Amino acid sequence: MTADTMGLTFLAFCLPFLGALIAPALTRLLGHHAAWPLALVPLAVFFHFLGFNAEIARGEIVTGGYAWVPSYNVSFSWLIDGLSLAFLLLISGIGALIVLYSGGYLKGHPHQGRFFSFILMFMGSMLGVVASDSFLMLFVFWELTSITSFLLIGFDHAREASRRAALQALIVTGGGGLFLLAGLLLIWDVTGVTQFSLLMSFGPELRTSPFYLAILFLVLGGAFTKSAQFPFHFWLPNAMEAPTPVSAYLHSATMVKAGVYLLMRLNPVMGATPAWETILPAIGGLTLLVGAVLAIRQTDLKLMLAYTTVASLGMLVMLTGFGSEHAIAAAALYLVAHSLFKGALFMVAGLIDHETGTRDITRLGGLRRAMPVTFLAALLAALSMGGLPPFFGFLAKEEIYAALAGGSLRQVAFTAAAVIGNGLMFAVAFAVALKPFLGAPTQTPKHAHEGPALLWIGPMLLAVTGLVIGLFSAVAHVLLTMPLASAISGAPQTITISAMPHLSLAFGLSLLTVAFGVGVFLMLDRARAAANRLVEDIGWGPDRGFDQGMTGLVRAASAISRLVQPGRMETYMTATFTVIALALIVPPALYGEWPRLPVWPAGMPFHELAVMVLAAVGIAAVLMANNRLTAIVALGIQGFCVALLFLLFGAPDLAFTQFMIETLSVVILALVMTRLKLTPRDPRPLREKIPDGAIAVACGLGFALYLLKVTQGRFDTALSDFFNLYSKTIAHGANVVNVIIVDFRGTDTLGEIAVVMVTGLAILSIIRIRKGRVSP
Amino acid sequence: MNTLIFRTVAPFLTALMALFSIFVLLRGHNEPGGGFIGGLIAVSALAIFGIANGISAVRRALWFHPMAISAFGLFIACLAGLMSAAFGVPFMTGLWVYPVVLGVEIPLSSVMLFDIGVYLVVVGAITSIALALEAGDDT
Amino acid sequence: MEFPFVLLIGLFFAAAVYLMLSKFLVRVLLGVVLLGNGVNLLLFTNGRILRDVPPIIPDGHDVPATLTANPLPQALILTAIVISFSFFAFLLVLVYRAYQDLGTDNGNEMRLAEPEDDPLPPTGY
Repeated sequence: MTADTMGLTFLAFCLPFLGALIAPALTRLLGHHAAWPLALVPLAVFFHFLGFNAEIARGEIVTGGYAWVPSYNVSFSWLIDGLSLAFLLLISGIGALIVLYSGGYLKGHPHQGRFFSFILMFMGSMLGVVASDSFLMLFVFWELTSITSFLLIGFDHAREASRRAALQALIVTGGGGLFLLAGLLLIWDVTGVTQFSLLMSFGPELRTSPFYLAILFLVLGGAFTKSAQFPFHFWLPNAMEAPTPVSAYLHSATMVKAGVYLLMRLNPVMGATPAWETILPAIGGLTLLVGAVLAIRQTDLKLMLAYTTVASLGMLVMLTGFGSEHAIAAAALYLVAHSLFKGALFMVAGLIDHETGTRDITRLGGLRRAMPVTFLAALLAALSMGGLPPFFGFLAKEEIYAALAGGSLRQVAFTAAAVIGNGLMFAVAFAVALKPFLGAPTQTPKHAHEGPALLWIGPMLLAVTGLVIGLFSAVAHVLLTMPLASAISGAPQTITISAMPHLSLAFGLSLLTVAFGVGVFLMLDRARAAANRLVEDIGWGPDRGFDQGMTGLVRAASAISRLVQPGRMETYMTATFTVIALALIVPPALYGEWPRLPVWPAGMPFHELAVMVLAAVGIAAVLMANNRLTAIVALGIQGFCVALLFLLFGAPDLAFTQFMIETLSVVILALVMTRLKLTPRDPRPLREKIPDGAIAVACGLGFALYLLKVTQGRFDTALSDFFNLYSKTIAHGANVVNVIIVDFRGTDTLGEIAVVMVTGLAILSIIRIRKGRVSP
Repeated sequence: MNTLIFRTVAPFLTALMALFSIFVLLRGHNEPGGGFIGGLIAVSALAIFGIANGISAVRRALWFHPMAISAFGLFIACLAGLMSAAFGVPFMTGLWVYPVVLGVEIPLSSVMLFDIGVYLVVVGAITSIALALEAGDDT
Repeated sequence: MEFPFVLLIGLFFAAAVYLMLSKFLVRVLLGVVLLGNGVNLLLFTNGRILRDVPPIIPDGHDVPATLTANPLPQALILTAIVISFSFFAFLLVLVYRAYQDLGTDNGNEMRLAEPEDDPLPPTGY
């Protein structure tokens, strides 16, 4: 890759974010016409990456990037192979159409600029996800898509349903992202590489690692949440609270496929193990059936499509993990086909909603005359989704059946799941494409008429693309699907399937699917009732579980807060001092580091002992005084005794200070206390006295033991010697204590007098609060 | 406490104690004493004065608001520290000069200035606390 | 010489903790004062006890002539005394004002910030 292309590629990754930056201003300037210039952003990205097509089709890989955090071996580097390229083209190509569609859909919306900005930001994040070579970069972009998806789902934030859906999507997909991060870190730990391009040769190490299962579950935790696999599927239908362009773009064509992308990316190094080939098809198949059944149940166009998206994602996961060559090819074909027809159908649903004011299929009918272009687009997309020749969907479905069909029990089971799922989706596809347009016209909230070009250009183009690829499948295979399948499997693949029906087992299954689908379509009302009954019988789903979980979280957090912070000072104090006592006593007990038994110093003068005893008496008087005023007076005794002790043991400075402070304390205390009309007694009941006393004695004992141990140790006089030595010679002061305070440790003292002053200010303001005076 | 004798003696006692507090402050570098102790003695002096003659008398006698005195003390202390910057030495380095006034050599230093700052902070802050508490609900 | 001090300091701490465990704020306040004195004595004793010779360098000497008391803990304690007094005064005023506004010095009856029947936080979205 030349430096020029590297710079341009980097620019292509940045372009959507730059577009997001100017989108609000541009929309203020041009109104909804801003969609036209803004669509150039994804279009430019699309054509840039289209330029790599020839290289990729030859089986080459494009890499490039810049160092990001070199010390941690983190780089901003990209890896473009068939898999990445297919995604890049889908994201940017559909993105361009979505931007145009949004221009029409949100015309006149006060926050349309913000919407454009979010959509472009999402696009940039999604491009980053599928092109990341470095693990960390993948994770960052992965979470960015979760965040932008949160912003887009909650775009209509005035409604509670939107807020709930946004939060739910963020928690489910963002939480899954954390699993993914853990999984990627484990992969890094096992293999020692942080880039996918280097990881490709580490398959055997990874598969035989003892951490393989852990890695697998963590990675699946990320992929299954993002791609809405059962039982995490519930957030996707709720995300339909978002404006339709978002549903069409994020929640059918691109973001929800990030999980599938990840599985496909890791398939060469992690696939082909029993765990991989059991879990993926099982969960995928289950999701396929659950999604398809739930889709039948809905009457809302968008919800029907959303559940079929869940089903399709299940299909993709099933195919990725199924473990046959045709399965990979089928996954590649279905991936592209699904993005095209589902994106188109979503936009059709939004278009119908926009023009008629309702999305309820039971209230719609006879729109074919009013909206012929929309009808055509819907029909083309539905034919592809239903898998009828010569559409792209047909190719995908043929390949799916070719991959799955066989004689073993496993093959039969998954084939049955695929037939049922596809049949139900067939019915839903035509329900969406035919029911609103055929039959007698109905009364709708708005008078129906064809939408503006901005709105139908997107679905039409996507639907036609589905037809064109189906017709010219040989070219598409070489350019798009074969490199894609090769990248997924890790070895060159050939795909030969064409739109020409040919007699085979797969074709027979296709016919069966169509027959089943037509049957369900004709009896849709009864099928809906049956599905409803089934769901009501179960009665509980993960969606309700999410609510219960969130409420439980709040309740648990509040209960813990209340337990730890009951609002009773005694509790806090008791906890604090218990911990202090334990911290002082437990370690010496554990390590046997008790102090030696002390001896009473010989020749202690009587007056020293007397002062100490007096201090003890003062303390005892404080403790025993029933009356608080008595306690205050007694407090003075111990203070003066401490001052005397300082005087006796060579600290006159301390003694004087203590004398003054003690006098002031008692005066102030007495001054205030006489003003408080306190109850004369504040007895402590015995059941409080005993535990309090025990804690107090434990604390006192702990400090005494600690002090004893310290004084028995060696004493390092280096600091004191320093001060004694230099007090006079350098600092010109004979009183060493004062020299330390004002000179050696002057900066400390500066801080301390600042504290004294601030305390004064605080006291003054507390007293003044009530008086309501502003200044003296 | 409001006896005639106490009220008569109090101003003299206060003046004496204030003078003593300054003496303690200034000798602090070589003998027991210093800014903290001196400041506290001055506060006690003011407290006695306040008990005898009321807090408004103390406020009048101080002239400045006690908090202003405290703030000025902090300012002086900072200044004493910053003076070293003019001589290109680190913050808080002690600087000494020995001018001779009337034939007596007087040692002056930034350290002493700092101690005076400490003195003023203590006097101001604690006096203001005491006055605020004494004033209580009076105002 | 340290042993009697150790006993006294243990008593100081035990008494301070006992007082601070009371629910009456005035008692807690007394406990804080005792704790301050106890900590000061603890620091003092940590610097080893030496009788009767203050750390002052006599005239005509450049260094202390005899073994003197340790000056470092004294310097630490001196400022600590003043700071703990400020702290004490602040607490006193808090108690005083709390009493004026709430009419009690019982900490458990002061529930303005943490009401007893605090409702559950909202669980909606």
